[in-house]
Amino acid sequence: MAQKIGAYICTGCGLGEALNIEALAKVATGEYKIGVCKTHEFLCGPEGAAMIKEDIEKEGLNGVVIAACSPRVNTDVFNFPPEIVYDRVNLREQCIWCHPANDEDTQMLAEDQFRMGIVKVKEANPPDPYKVEEMATTVLVVGGGLAGITAALETAKAGRKAILVEKNDTLGGWAARLYKQVSLRPPYNELEDPDIRIRIQEVQSNPNIKVYTGAKMEKISGAPGMFTASIATKSGTVTERVGAIVLATGAEPYDPTKLEGLGYGKYTNVITTDRLEEMAAKGKIVRPSDGKEVESVSFILCAGSRDPEHLPYCSSTCCIDSLKQAIYVKKQNPQAAVYVFFKDLRAPGFHEYLYKRAQELGVVFFRTESPKIEEGANGLVIRAKDVLVNDEIEADGIDLVVLATGMVSTASFGEMMLSAAEEEEDKKGSGIATVRPDTYFKSDLLNLDYRQGPELPMLKYGFPDSHFICFPFETRRTGIYAAGSVRAPMDMQTTIRDATGAALKAIQCIELTSRSVAVHPRVWDNSVTEFFMQNCTQCKRCTVECPFGAINEDEKANPLPNPTRCRRCATCMGACPQRIISFKNYNVNQIGNMIKAIEVPEEDEEKPRIVVIVCENDAYPALDMVGINRLTLSPWIRVIPLRCMGSMNLVWISDSLAKGIDGVLLLGCRHDEDYQCHFVKGSELCNYRLSKVSETLSRLALEPERIRFETVAIMDYHRLPEIINEFAKEIEEMDPNPYKGF
Amino acid sequence: MGNKSILVVGGGISGITAAVEASEVGYEVFLLEKRPYLGGRVTQLNQYFPKLCPPNCGLEINLRRIKNSPYIKFFTQAEVEEITGQEGDFTVKVKLSPRFVTDKCTVCGKCSDVCPVERTDEFNYGLATTKAIYLPQSFAFPFKYAIDAQACPGVQCGKCVSACPYGAIDLNMQPQTITLQVGAVIWATGWEPYDLKKLEQYGSGHYKNVITNVQMERLAAMNGPTGGQILRPSDGKAVSKIAFVQCAGSRDENHLPFCSGVCCMASLKQATYLREKHPEAQIYIFFIDIRALGRYEDFFNRVKNLGNIHLVKGKVGTITEDPGTKDVTVQVEDQEAGRLLNETFDLVVLATGMDPTSKYVPVDLPRTPDGFIADTVPGIYGAGCVNRPLDVAGSVQDATAAALKAIQSVVGR
Repeated sequence: MAQKIGAYICTGCGLGEALNIEALAKVATGEYKIGVCKTHEFLCGPEGAAMIKEDIEKEGLNGVVIAACSPRVNTDVFNFPPEIVYDRVNLREQCIWCHPANDEDTQMLAEDQFRMGIVKVKEANPPDPYKVEEMATTVLVVGGGLAGITAALETAKAGRKAILVEKNDTLGGWAARLYKQVSLRPPYNELEDPDIRIRIQEVQSNPNIKVYTGAKMEKISGAPGMFTASIATKSGTVTERVGAIVLATGAEPYDPTKLEGLGYGKYTNVITTDRLEEMAAKGKIVRPSDGKEVESVSFILCAGSRDPEHLPYCSSTCCIDSLKQAIYVKKQNPQAAVYVFFKDLRAPGFHEYLYKRAQELGVVFFRTESPKIEEGANGLVIRAKDVLVNDEIEADGIDLVVLATGMVSTASFGEMMLSAAEEEEDKKGSGIATVRPDTYFKSDLLNLDYRQGPELPMLKYGFPDSHFICFPFETRRTGIYAAGSVRAPMDMQTTIRDATGAALKAIQCIELTSRSVAVHPRVWDNSVTEFFMQNCTQCKRCTVECPFGAINEDEKANPLPNPTRCRRCATCMGACPQRIISFKNYNVNQIGNMIKAIEVPEEDEEKPRIVVIVCENDAYPALDMVGINRLTLSPWIRVIPLRCMGSMNLVWISDSLAKGIDGVLLLGCRHDEDYQCHFVKGSELCNYRLSKVSETLSRLALEPERIRFETVAIMDYHRLPEIINEFAKEIEEMDPNPYKGF
Repeated sequence: MGNKSILVVGGGISGITAAVEASEVGYEVFLLEKRPYLGGRVTQLNQYFPKLCPPNCGLEINLRRIKNSPYIKFFTQAEVEEITGQEGDFTVKVKLSPRFVTDKCTVCGKCSDVCPVERTDEFNYGLATTKAIYLPQSFAFPFKYAIDAQACPGVQCGKCVSACPYGAIDLNMQPQTITLQVGAVIWATGWEPYDLKKLEQYGSGHYKNVITNVQMERLAAMNGPTGGQILRPSDGKAVSKIAFVQCAGSRDENHLPFCSGVCCMASLKQATYLREKHPEAQIYIFFIDIRALGRYEDFFNRVKNLGNIHLVKGKVGTITEDPGTKDVTVQVEDQEAGRLLNETFDLVVLATGMDPTSKYVPVDLPRTPDGFIADTVPGIYGAGCVNRPLDVAGSVQDATAAALKAIQSVVGR
C-alpha cells in the first residue's frame, strides 16, 4: 500500500477555468487526508515536473497522483522511479473537453475520477519482479530447412548460441532438393545454384551452433529463460536448457492423389513440382514412362490451392516455382512447347521480371478454369475452359504434366484437438455466450508439456500464424515463434526475412526475461501474478482461460503459474471466481475500491451513475479522441481503464450494483473471427463472463439491461457519444438502482 | 572504440518497428522522421486488409512501446544530411527543421483560429486544406501543432503568437544540425505513390474524379476531408458507380515494370468501403491478375461475393472526362468478353504503385534499376518498402529482420 501520497492538480489547458480546483483539492486533503496536495498552472512544464520530483525526495512520497491531461501524453515528463506507484487522472481529454465547463455534474465527475485515482494508488504497491535463476540464453530452432538454418545462423551472428534440431539426417530440407533457385538480385530473372549448401556449411562451421540431425523434440517443459528441451537423437535422449524457441518445420506439398481429374497416380507422366525439381537436379527432364527427353510440358497451377475442396488458400510460391521450372524446360530445349494453365499469375514484386522472362522464352500462358487431364494417343491431353476466349481449349500430345501442388503446414498434421473447451458445460439455450475453442494438431513438432496442449494453436487452415497485421510475430505461446512456411505460405526471400525476424524475437524474449519484464504488448511491465492458494477451489478457470498457456496444473488441478510465460493481461485475474489472483499494482480489490470511491447521489437528486469499464488499448484512446474532437458525453459516466477486458472480474459488477451504481457499460475490442483484442481472447472472455450475470441480476430484481458490453475500435470515437449517451438515457428511464444508500 | 547505438531513418511502420524491436533487445536507438509526427503513411490509411481494422490500433501500441522504452530517442522534422564512417562507427549529420511550436502547446487550437493562411493538406493527399499552423492529424504523436514554414509569412504576421495563451509559438526558431554517433543504420523511408502526372493516358491528374488509391483511403476515413463519406471531388455527389484501375503504372515497361504487390488487395479492400457506405453502388475492378496471396485469398472470395462487384480482366487503355458532367469514361479491352469496353463512372480510383524512396539515401548503396536497395553495405540496412514492395505485415516482418541485422553490426563493440 502506498502510504505517503502526493496529489498534484494541473490548472493549465483551461482546467483552472472549467473546474473548481479548490473543491477538487479538498477531495485529496479532506476525504483522503493527503498531506501533499499541490496545484500548478503548468504541471507538465519543467517547474511542475521538478516540483513533484523534489517532493518525492523531500517528503519521501511513495505514491503520486497527477490530475491533468491524458496518460497518453506527456509520458516523458511524468516519469518516476520504479518504486513510486502513480496514476494519471484524465481531467482534460475525458473531462473538460467532453463535458461543459463550470457545471455541477462536470465537477462531480472530476472529483470522482480524482477519488478513483487516489484509491488506485493507495491500493497499489511497486511490483516485486520475478528473477529467473540461471537464465538459459540459448535459442532452440526446431527444423533444419531454409527457415531453421537462417534462424540459427542469424542468432549466432548476433553472438548468441543456437541449437538446431532436424528430423532428417541432413540439413537443408526442401531447399536442398532444388536444382536452381530464382535470383534475388537484379535483374531478378536469372536462375542460380541454390545457396543452401553455403548456408549449411556456415551452420556447420559456426561454433555458436550445435546441430542435432536425425533428431526430434521429445518434450519441452518450462518457460522462457528456463525451458528444458528433451531431444530424441539416434544415440538416445539429450537434454538441453534453452531460453526461447523458433519453430521452423516448414510445409509439405499437398497430397496429389486427392486431386481428382488431374490424373496423378493414373498416368505416369503426370508428376508434381517436387518430382520435376528432382529430375532437373539429376540432369535431364524426361518423360517418366519411357525416359524420352520432353518436347512438350504443361504446368497446372493451383493444383489443390484456391480450391474450397482442397486448400482454400493460395500457396504463394507455386506460380514462381512453375515459372522457374518452365524456364528449366526452355533451357533444356528452346523448341519445347511449354504451357502454363493458371487462374491468376501471382508473381508479386520483382518476380514480375521472372514472369516476363518466361514469356520472352516462349512459354505460353492460358488463363483457365478446372483443367482435366486424360491420356490420348499421342500423349496427355489437357482440356480446360479458357476464360479469355470463353471456350473449351485442348492441348494434345503433351509429354509431361506438372502439378503445382500447394503447401500444407507441418503443424497441421496429426489429430485435431480442441483446447479450453473440455470444461465448458452444455450451454445450449442458456443465453451464455460461447467462447471459440483453440484448435491445434498433435503434429509431434514441439511436444510442449503445457496444460493447454503440446503444440502452437492454429489460426486458420492449420497455420499457427499471428492474426495481427501490425505484429506478425505475435505468438500464443510466449517465447516460441513460428517462422517460415510452417506459419504461412511464403517464398524463399520472405522465409529468410521471416526467420531472421523470428530469431530477433527469440533473442528479445530472452533479453527481456532476463530483465524480469514482459514481452509485447506489455513490454517493460515487471508486475507478477500472485496466487493466494489457500482459497483456490481448483476450478481451472485460470488455466483454461489464459490466452497464452502460461499456467499449468498439478494433478490436483492446482494452478502452477509460469511467470516468464505471463503477458500480464490479467485474464486469469478476471477469470478467478475466488479472486485469489492479483498483481501488486493491479488487482481485484483495488478496482473494487475505486468503484466504491464513487460518490453516489441520493435517489431524489436524479443523478444516475454509470461505471464505464474500458480497454486501455483501444476504447480508452477512443474516449480521448471524443474529447479531442470536442464531442459531448453524458455526465453520469465514471471511466475505469483495464489492462485488457480479459481482466474484468464479475465481482466489480456486484460491487457497482451494491454501491447503488445504476448501470455498467463495458467497452472492449472486437472479439469475433477478426478479433482485435491484443491479448487474443480477453474481450471474448469478458463477453462470455458477462453473459452469465443476467441470471444473477434477475435474482436481485435488477434489470439485466443495466449491464451492457459493446465492442469499440480506436477509430469509433464518433460512435462513442451515441453508445454512451444512449445507454445513459436508458438508465435514466429505468428506476434508480434500489440498492442506493445501503 | 565502436558504437552500440542504432540509427533508424524513417518513422513509418517499418522504421517504428525496427526501432522498437531493436530497443527491446536493449540497444539504444535514434529514430528520425521527416514529418512533424510519427507513423508515416499508415496513419493515412482508413483500414488494413484483410481484417479491415484501423491502423491507429496497432500504432497506439507501438507508440506506447516508444513512450515506455528507456532506449529510444526520436526526432521529428529530421532529415539525414550526411553519413560518414563505417560499420560500428558512423557519424551522421541530421538537420532538424523548426516546428515553430514548443512543448508548451496544449492543442487548444486558438492559433489556427486566427491564422490567415491556408495550405494544402498533405495528410489528406491534397483533398483538403489546413491553416499554416495546424495539428497534422487527430492522432498525431507528438500531439502538438506545427507551422508549415513554406506557407507561413512569419513574424510579419504573428497573429498566432498573440493568440496563443501559453506562449508556445516561436517564429524565430532556427534549423539545427545535430551529429549522432551510431554503429549501424536502418534505412526505412518507405515509398511514394507513383506520380499521377506521369500517367498521361489517365489524365495526368487533371480530372477531378480520377483519384489515386491513397486518396481513396482519405475519402473513406472518419478523420478525412469528407468525414468518411465517399463523395466525388468535382461536385460532392455520392458515388454510385466506381472503377478501380489496377496496375496504374505498375507492371508497365513505361512506368514501374515490377508489381507493387499491395494494390490488388488495396482495391478489394476499398471495394468494401464502397459497399458499406453505398450498398447499391456498382463496383468495377479492371485487373491483369488478382494477386491475393496466401490467406488473402479468403478476402478475395469475400469481396467477390459482396454483390455488384464486376471483375473485368483487362488493362485500362485510356480515361477521358466529360467536361460538362465531369463523369469519367474508361476504355478497356475486356479480355474475357473479347470486346472493347467504354464504361462511364462517377469516380475512378487508380491503383498507383510504389515508388521507392531509397533513391534519396545519401550513401552509395547498390540500387536496383527501379531504385530499391539491392544489397546492403556493412552496417547499413534497408527495412520495408525501400527493399521491395511490401504490405504492412510484410514491412513489419522485414523491419524486424533488419533490427537483428543492425544488432549484428554493433554486437560486441
